[in-house]
Amino acid sequence: MSAGLVAAVDAQTLVDAVGLGAVFALMAVGIGLVFGVLRLVNFAYGQLVMAGAYTLAFTSGWPVGARLLMCLGVVLVLTMALERAVFRPLRSASPAVMLVTTFAIAFLLQAIARIVDLRDGTIGEAAASVGGLRQAVTIAGVDVRKVTLVAIAVAAVSLGLLALMLARTTLGLHMRAAAADFQTARLLGVRANVVIAFAVFLSGVLAAIVAVILTIQAPLVTPGFALKETIVVLVGVVVGGIDRLWTATLGGFAIGFATGVINGALPTEHTVFLPSAVFALVVLVLIFRPGGLFAPGRTAVVERV
Amino acid sequence: MTRPLLELDGLEVRHGRVAAVRALTLAVHEGEIVGLIGPNGAGKSTTLHAIMGLLPPAAGEIRLRGEPLRGRSPEAVARAGVALVPEGRRIFGGFSVEENLRLGLAAARGNGASERLQDVYGLFPMLADFRRRQAGALSGGQQQQLAIARALMADPDLLLLDEPSLGLAPGLVDVVFEALATIRERRVTVLLVEQRAQRTVAFADRTYVLANGRLHSTLTRADSADTDKMIAAYLA
Repeated sequence: MSAGLVAAVDAQTLVDAVGLGAVFALMAVGIGLVFGVLRLVNFAYGQLVMAGAYTLAFTSGWPVGARLLMCLGVVLVLTMALERAVFRPLRSASPAVMLVTTFAIAFLLQAIARIVDLRDGTIGEAAASVGGLRQAVTIAGVDVRKVTLVAIAVAAVSLGLLALMLARTTLGLHMRAAAADFQTARLLGVRANVVIAFAVFLSGVLAAIVAVILTIQAPLVTPGFALKETIVVLVGVVVGGIDRLWTATLGGFAIGFATGVINGALPTEHTVFLPSAVFALVVLVLIFRPGGLFAPGRTAVVERV
Repeated sequence: MTRPLLELDGLEVRHGRVAAVRALTLAVHEGEIVGLIGPNGAGKSTTLHAIMGLLPPAAGEIRLRGEPLRGRSPEAVARAGVALVPEGRRIFGGFSVEENLRLGLAAARGNGASERLQDVYGLFPMLADFRRRQAGALSGGQQQQLAIARALMADPDLLLLDEPSLGLAPGLVDVVFEALATIRERRVTVLLVEQRAQRTVAFADRTYVLANGRLHSTLTRADSADTDKMIAAYLA
């Protein structure tokens, strides 16, 4: 193996790792936004992505624009229905009750997906690519799938727009205030229902975007689609520090990036050890920085569990 | 006499099985500054929390200009024209001073954000100097001024203050009462909850004394010089 080939493999691994980190960062923001205003860890987030993925699979023959709109529409309707039917009534419930409820929703949505999927007698539906993004391009000797570049660009633009919205708009100010101290924000006149609905809405938009990227990367959609990713992202969010949106986002990116790099570094016959390696890293981080990897100092050992 | 701005009518608020406020009836008229004093646990803060919709009353009625407030959410009460300066200030420490003030606009009826900012900066020039600074970096007295200014941003009909001088050094207590004096010139109606009985009685048009959740007595400004009455109020 020549030195040049090793370098090429490394660069490719890095680009893929950044691409995976970008997707995980988007999911982390979707989970972190809702946690900020509701103190609710939405374990069912992956099933929103899954619903979007099935929509893309079932509309494989449609024009690209119509498929994307349909995916966004289905995910948003489902997300807002959850908000009205479940999150809002449970707003003052304990965190444990809310978490367990989102487990139940996750299983329910998977069961529904299985029923819908099995109508043709087989499990799994293939989603057509969007605009040839599965093809690779060669940049400076590195083969990169177009979808990886699109994922990085879409994540950067989405996060940038979100940051601007939070920093510059009144609604963004209200959302930040609600995340920092909900009761005081309400006493000042911030409408709880509006900020919560908007946070959930944004998390739905992000879930739809993630569904598009993930189905281009992995076309076979099953009821368990995006489940593994959600668990890994949740771990990343906690490792980064779930109390703040930006640390949660960095945590999502970091665990995606680490997964990508470890995946590239492990010899092919040892990739079964990938989860073990990633979670061993997580345990180490939590031992030395229990408040989160990006939390300021060790003081951030929060009472919230 | 005209209808009071705020009426509490037989208000009862419970913390579990304990009645923190019992059969409390009082009124605050437009333009008045009314004090509410009493020892720790007398039910002062509980009364304010019930008005703001943070605690559901077990009995009785709360009316603003005759309209019942009972059962409304805190944001609905705020948008109806009641602003609370909470105990402990509850400033958003990670936000800039100006962002804190802009949050106060959430309950504002009508427009004019920049005029309201200029108005509040005129009242508290210190805040204008520090407008871009992190609110958490301000001193305790400055934070209290910010909390009051933030409440004024909504141009409320009624301002509720929950122990604004709590935990402040004596010199800073003067700063807070000076701020309150400025508010008085604006003819803002105020319900002031305080532990500093003598200063409150001397400052307010009328002061209610609470003890064990009940209305014990009503003092006028002249009573602040009457040592016997003040001691009786303290021992209530």
